[in-house]
Amino acid sequence: MESLNLFIKSIFIDNMIFAYFLGMCSYLAVSKTVKTSMGLGIAVTFVLTLTVPINYLLENYILKPGALVWLNESFADVDLSFLSLILFIAVVASIVQLVEMVVEKYSPSLYASLGIFLPLIAVNCAILGGSLFMQQRSFDSVGTATIFGLGSGVGWLLAIVGIAAIREKLAYSNVPAPLKGIGITFIITGLMGIAFMSFLGIKL
Amino acid sequence: MKNKEILLGPLSKNNPVIVQVLGICSALAVTSKLEPSFVMAISVIAVVALANVIISLLRNTIPNSIRIIVQLVVVAALVIIVDQVLKAFAYDVSKQLSVFVGLIITNCIVMGRLEAFALSHGPWESFLDGVGNGVGYGLILIIVGFFRELLGSGTLFGFQVIPQIFYDWGYQNNGLMILPPMALIVVACIIWVHRSYNKDLQEK
Repeated sequence: MESLNLFIKSIFIDNMIFAYFLGMCSYLAVSKTVKTSMGLGIAVTFVLTLTVPINYLLENYILKPGALVWLNESFADVDLSFLSLILFIAVVASIVQLVEMVVEKYSPSLYASLGIFLPLIAVNCAILGGSLFMQQRSFDSVGTATIFGLGSGVGWLLAIVGIAAIREKLAYSNVPAPLKGIGITFIITGLMGIAFMSFLGIKL
Repeated sequence: MKNKEILLGPLSKNNPVIVQVLGICSALAVTSKLEPSFVMAISVIAVVALANVIISLLRNTIPNSIRIIVQLVVVAALVIIVDQVLKAFAYDVSKQLSVFVGLIITNCIVMGRLEAFALSHGPWESFLDGVGNGVGYGLILIIVGFFRELLGSGTLFGFQVIPQIFYDWGYQNNGLMILPPMALIVVACIIWVHRSYNKDLQEK
């Protein structure tokens, strides 16, 4: 029950896009059609579900103050937490590389449709952000961390598919010239964000 | 003359946030108050300028196939320095910025400038380009932070600027401005004003 709550919470209430603006760059750049944004959303969800638990293990068994005790009692006061940024980004970059190679080998059609977006995920703030939030909230087990990663990814997917659907319709609307394109997308994202805030009142 | 263009171009005509649409995540998330926006702007200027110089010095020795990971390592090292300095000298602001200092690593402005400029130009030009882009980014952050803090809390840098007598007459702070979605709408308004003056930037 607890984990279901966390899942729902990370999709709707702590939505990566609407509450923290993470991954906005690719969100704005790739949301022109529903099809491509769906592909990117799935890739992001997949990478988040993998990187958050891996970084959770790194954090708890290597980086946290005193985390190295399992290796030797004398390491009890070693604090490597200043290395977390560089280790997290290294994990993200290598997982993305790995995913890219696996997808290319086993599903060339998916690989072709994702194209350039796969390598770009390495520098998507949502991925690193997921790991940093995991570090801040100190979850109690790998399972919880995985659920958090999955939920954040699904929330991101929901947001990008939603805005892509709106932008497809928007192509036919009469928008003031200076707002065309990026301006109106910002405003609509803002309005969607306000709509998502209505989930805030839900007690989970 | 050319150096002047490199330095001043990103302030308006080629602004990283409102024209190139890069680095939106942090631009929106930290701007609910003026002080964190200011600190964030300075951090990003430092990171972009230094990363540009370092990559520009290394540009002839980096093999093309691993350049992304080299860039990530350089940027991550710089961000760790900034993070530790902030924790030591401005702990409160560092707490408010939370994960967003770490997210400078994946700030698209940094990677974008490294890829587009530092890899093909000398150190001094790259330094100017980094400073210019950092300042262009900081400018938007400060404008957004100014309006959100003024309208949302009636303060600037934490000092009360809207006189008490206004409140006695029934003036209310607009609580909506503090909430995340309004950052998007404020940026959209900046884009709107900017593009009405620069007609050549309008889309379609």
